[in-house]
Amino acid sequence: MTDLILTPNLDNADDFYATLLAAHEGLTKKESDALHARLILILANHIGDNKLLEQAIEAARKAG
Amino acid sequence: MNKIFETPLYPYRRAPEQDEERIMRHKVVVVGAGPIGLAAAIDLARNDIPVLVIDDNDKVSFGSRAICFAKRPLEILDRLGAGDAMVEKGVEWELGRVFFGEREVYRFNLLPEAGHKRPAFINLQQYYFEEFLVRRLRELEAEGRPVEIRGRNKLAAIGAHEDHVTLEIDTPEGPYNLETEWLIAADGAGSPTRRMMGLDFVGKVFEDNFLIADVIMQADFPTERWFWFDPPFNRGQSALLHKQPDNVWRIDFQLGWDIDREHELKPENIDRRLRAMLGEDIRYELEWSSIYTFQCRRMETFRKGRVIFAGDSAHQVSPFGARGANSGLQDTDNLVWKLRLVIEGNAPESLLDSYDFERILAADENILNSTRSTDFITPKSEISRILRDAVLDLSAEHEFARPLVNSGRLSVPAVYDGSPLNTADALDGPAISRPGAPCPDAPLGEGFLLERLGDRFILLTIDADAPDEIEEDGITVTRLALSVRDDTTGALKRRYLGDEPSAVYLIRPDQHVAARRPSWNENLFRAAIRRATGKE
Ligand SMILES: Cc1cc2nc3c(=O)[nH]c(=O)nc-3n(C[C@H](O)[C@H](O)[C@H](O)COP(=O)(O)OP(=O)(O)OC[C@H]3O[C@@H](n4cnc5c(N)ncnc54)[C@H](O)[C@@H]3O)c2cc1C
Repeated sequence: MTDLILTPNLDNADDFYATLLAAHEGLTKKESDALHARLILILANHIGDNKLLEQAIEAARKAG
Repeated sequence: MNKIFETPLYPYRRAPEQDEERIMRHKVVVVGAGPIGLAAAIDLARNDIPVLVIDDNDKVSFGSRAICFAKRPLEILDRLGAGDAMVEKGVEWELGRVFFGEREVYRFNLLPEAGHKRPAFINLQQYYFEEFLVRRLRELEAEGRPVEIRGRNKLAAIGAHEDHVTLEIDTPEGPYNLETEWLIAADGAGSPTRRMMGLDFVGKVFEDNFLIADVIMQADFPTERWFWFDPPFNRGQSALLHKQPDNVWRIDFQLGWDIDREHELKPENIDRRLRAMLGEDIRYELEWSSIYTFQCRRMETFRKGRVIFAGDSAHQVSPFGARGANSGLQDTDNLVWKLRLVIEGNAPESLLDSYDFERILAADENILNSTRSTDFITPKSEISRILRDAVLDLSAEHEFARPLVNSGRLSVPAVYDGSPLNTADALDGPAISRPGAPCPDAPLGEGFLLERLGDRFILLTIDADAPDEIEEDGITVTRLALSVRDDTTGALKRRYLGDEPSAVYLIRPDQHVAARRPSWNENLFRAAIRRATGKE
């Protein structure tokens, strides 16, 4: 089983972050929330491994 | 014209006990002539176990209530001799459509797997379902089987003893008493038996109301299941349209929690809703309407000595997924053969503990599924609504999101994994027929496998040797010898062998697998039979 990657893994962190922010530009809070939700679901499906997703949820919970 | 649910089917008649000083002791009394009580009585009567059914009413279910019956219950009804009537009258459907807001987001086809005698589902009003069961019970009675049904006989008091139960029954002509060795409490979600015995029924209440309108209309909607999330005609809520026989349509409006029931049930208000949904110019007749709320809960144990609970009295689920009556029928399917063996003296009373284990496992699975559907249909928080809506939006564009849409996971039977009656799996075969699983059907020449299994212990051999009959401590097991040579569709191999060349299955009277191995072994199968009858 592969483990959740929690070390740097993005090709270009700054580019990704800018793309993420740009996607929300001009959106209301409601639209942004909806976008986030859709994005999470798309990414989760791409990962497709419940064990990994549980680890991701756990990591997200702990960091807050 | 009188509706079937307005016609007394088992009107009150004075019973012999009412004129006797001596209290009669019955073998089995079933309280409640709903779908579950009737099925239990039919099964017992077929096996020549004397059974008396009492109900405080004398008619079938008022209004349609349950409308969706799944494959496994239909297979059970086949065993009881009532399957054909249901399937002939029922409406088969495969196509579903899902709407979100103004638009249709996607359609799906249930695409039932080929090679089963019965379809994945039929829609049939509960009153027909019960009527056909009463008819079957009457047939058995006419054949001289030991079964009787008494209408307007209301259980008023109960006394539980070690080897019998005492009952006080109210009738239009006053009360009388009787005794029974066994009592099956199939008296519904409000179970007076449960209440009078002071037993718990804990779970979760869902803060929601649904308005059901069953309408008769000549409409050219296809035979499909339409489900709306947040439609313009019922903002923020859901709605459902589903076809039943005789041009009756089930329409279900979610109302939310804080509502005025009387206001909502006024015909003019129902009319306004229907026209907003189906168009101003529809012509219809309202057959039945009702508002329901629901709970997901179960008893801690389904058996208390000589009193055994089955159906809604033991567990209650939300209607999403049609798991109420469907799972209740599986309760009686599980119970009756065990009770028969105990009554006949061929199994210890402790065999009944496995009813508790197996059906609680099933009830928990049903509660889990119906709770999840409910959480999707009625999001409990802002974020759960955001996620729910995201799933629906995505489902219009991307196939991946469709399995996340949950407007009810339609009822499938539970696999009794870990049951004390199972013998450890010794075949490297398909998971769908592992010990604890209900036997999957398969075509056999002109007929089907399940018809050949019946309701006794069976030794199913596929290209393997075994004796034609063995007896183990009062239990007779008969062989059904099959070969992949007769398996023209390949379903038998796919469902029972996988990559193995041969197999021997021990199958229980409720058509669940008890044990399986690649070949016959007398000692091991004798042990498996003892195990499956609570003797190990
Ligand atoms: C709106 C709605 C939709 C549903 N849809 C589905 C569906 O599509 N599929 C599905 O499988 N299930 C569905 N269900 C659930 C289904 O209707 C129930 O699970 C089913 O009726 C349970 O059967 P039962 O025999 O256990 O209890 P009931 O049908 O409630 O029968 C209990 C019987 O006990 C009798 N009784 C009660 N008290 C006494 C007493 N003191 N003495 C004597 N008799 C007594 C009553 O008169 C009644 O006849 C739905 C339910 C609702 C409300």
